[in-house]
Amino acid sequence: MSTALDTDVRPEDRFISAFEVNHGQALNGVNASIAQQREDAIERFSQLGIPDNSLEAWKYTDISKTIDRPYTLSLAAEGPSVAPSDIEPFTIDAMDAHRVVLVNGHVDESLSDIGDLPAGVVVSSLAQAGETHPDVVEAHYGQYADAEDEALTALNTAFVQDGAFVYVPSGTIVEKPIFFLHITAGDEPLFLQPRHLFVVEDGAIAKIVEAQHALTDAQTFTNTVSEAFVGERANLKHYLFQDEGTSASQVHTRAGTQKDNSVYSTNTITFSGEVVRNNATIEADGSFCESNLYGLCIGKDEMHVDNHTQMDHVQPDCNSNELYKHVLNDESTAVFNGKVLVTRGSQRIDAYQQNDTIVLTDDANIYTKPELEIYADDVVCSHGATTGQVDEEGVFYLRSRGLSERRAHILMLQAFTDEVVSEYKIDPLRDYIAEKIRQRFASYFA
Amino acid sequence: MALLEINNLHVGVEDEDIKILNGVDLTLDTGDMHAIMGPNGSGKSTLASVLAGREEYEVLEGDIHYDGEDLLELEPEERAEEGVFLAFQYPVELPGVSMTNFLKESVNSVREARGQEELSSAEFLQQMRERADMLGLDADLTKRSVNEGFSGGEKKRNEIFQLAMLEPRLAILDETDSGLDIDALQSVANGVNKLRDGDRGFLVITHYERILQYIVPDRVHVMMDGQIARSGDKELAQQLEEHGYEWIRDEVAAAAA
Ligand SMILES: Nc1ncnc2c1ncn2[C@@H]1O[C@H](COP(=O)(O)OP(=O)(O)OP(=O)(O)O)[C@@H](O)[C@H]1O
Ligand SMILES: [Mg+2]
Repeated sequence: MSTALDTDVRPEDRFISAFEVNHGQALNGVNASIAQQREDAIERFSQLGIPDNSLEAWKYTDISKTIDRPYTLSLAAEGPSVAPSDIEPFTIDAMDAHRVVLVNGHVDESLSDIGDLPAGVVVSSLAQAGETHPDVVEAHYGQYADAEDEALTALNTAFVQDGAFVYVPSGTIVEKPIFFLHITAGDEPLFLQPRHLFVVEDGAIAKIVEAQHALTDAQTFTNTVSEAFVGERANLKHYLFQDEGTSASQVHTRAGTQKDNSVYSTNTITFSGEVVRNNATIEADGSFCESNLYGLCIGKDEMHVDNHTQMDHVQPDCNSNELYKHVLNDESTAVFNGKVLVTRGSQRIDAYQQNDTIVLTDDANIYTKPELEIYADDVVCSHGATTGQVDEEGVFYLRSRGLSERRAHILMLQAFTDEVVSEYKIDPLRDYIAEKIRQRFASYFA
Repeated sequence: MALLEINNLHVGVEDEDIKILNGVDLTLDTGDMHAIMGPNGSGKSTLASVLAGREEYEVLEGDIHYDGEDLLELEPEERAEEGVFLAFQYPVELPGVSMTNFLKESVNSVREARGQEELSSAEFLQQMRERADMLGLDADLTKRSVNEGFSGGEKKRNEIFQLAMLEPRLAILDETDSGLDIDALQSVANGVNKLRDGDRGFLVITHYERILQYIVPDRVHVMMDGQIARSGDKELAQQLEEHGYEWIRDEVAAAAA
């Protein structure tokens, strides 16, 4: 089932009327609170409206234009059928993982290979989890992402239907990575709204890998909301590789909260896309937390990638490290806005933020802005941003040792990205990504 | 036969009205070791950079022949392939560039240019271990990024280590001895002496006579104001150590008057 969005009316109204028409379609299942959240969310969405350039947080990324296209709002309960050979380029077979393939936001069992999970661990679709683990879903769903103030989170919440779900119970270690391969497929210009929930309870350890790819050249827009809970002493590594191609746009909102003594690391690599906006928020809601926010954008052609991060320190004695890097070619644009909040009483916080960009052409653009809001006095907060070209001293050094100018440039760019890529603590995954990046850079100097 | 022949070399900085070298003449025969000394800012590193092919310098006049070929026609990497090696005065740090990968690529590109076969990984690692050992270079350094976080002395040793791996025909050492402790100085000198097989040439830029006790030069040149103001045998280095450079300046001025 799907609904074509009528472009003659205000885009907000299109979604609102689609909501009314498809009232019973979304994930509401057994749960009254989710149903109520949906009602509240569409209300908030209609009040907030789709953000445009007049809002400070959307100053450099005009999503309203990208949204205002004749998309088909997909409300089908499952994705179109996709052959194993279609996804073969993306499966990263060298990585031994619990693999789940989602097509248009729905788990495709036939393409997935979840394998054996430790006792109690659940890796499934969110829709299924709503039935099998309603208590876990209810305890965490909608608790971390902000549907009150973020229009696109409200929109996602209003239409919530399905997505990925992980539950790792207390004290459980999942050795292998849990790999969600998100595929967009179909001939229509789709508007998709997957919703993910990752719950890693006290003392549990997990690695979640997400990769986004498209099998279609049609213009698509994916409005993802993903929530994560990291319990006391838990450790969650969360990697996201975005490579949907030139006709795919997305807003990807990730909100995580973590408790005492936990470690939560996110690392987002954007490799392609038309307009990509990532909102990554971490709330360190416990003492002695470590939070790591890493990101890399490899921009080419007219790619536009906007990373908005928010690190909320609401408890004392925590540290956070943030590093985002960009390599921008052609007419690509990157935006980095890193907000760090330290609330009153959150003493002894150590927050570090760095954003480094290499621009390869005069037409590439970077807009970078740190935003520090600090209300405690015993805090070490540092931030820095650099923009420049490839270090010619380094290039000369390498050439003077016999490497060609081309090889020297590729190596220098790889070295620049290595600081983020090396944070991928899964060797085959890191090698896969490093090789993709190497090939991209090699194509620049053909 | 001359391995390197520099004739009336004038060099400036592109885009800026700066002249640094004002007619350098220097001939280095195959098998020879020459030292270049001279005050700070006199143009020694500039000469070394021009020999290695750094593009910010513009040759305004004169020429350089290496092994009979016009050196200035060659790209920096082509010079390396032809056997020119510069041990930098200030080696750059290259975070994220693995020492081992970089050096393997470097060694193999130079070998390929010489018509030698590529080294296998095992052969390469073996050679790397041997040479690091010979130079007293901590083998752990080869597992890191190029020069990243290396101490001053480690960077210098690393330059000589690369020299030993690449076995160049013309080696230019720009103040490689500065910042080395006595042990390091000796192992660097040993490394250089091992390569002195009569078929190579060395230009050693230094401020100190001490290294010249270990690697005895055939000639000593004094660079002043972008020219070779005086050349002599190794005794000249001794004289400079004792009396400094001013007397040469005075003599040059007197001769010109
Ligand atoms: N790229 C450049 N732009 C401007 N001036 C330069 C440049 N390179 C060198 N110079 C100047 O040319 C002069 C010679 O510099 P060079 O580094 O060759 O001296 P040096 O003899 O090696 O000195 P030292 O003994 O201190 O190493 C100095 O005055 C230096 O400032
Ligand atoms: Mg110098």
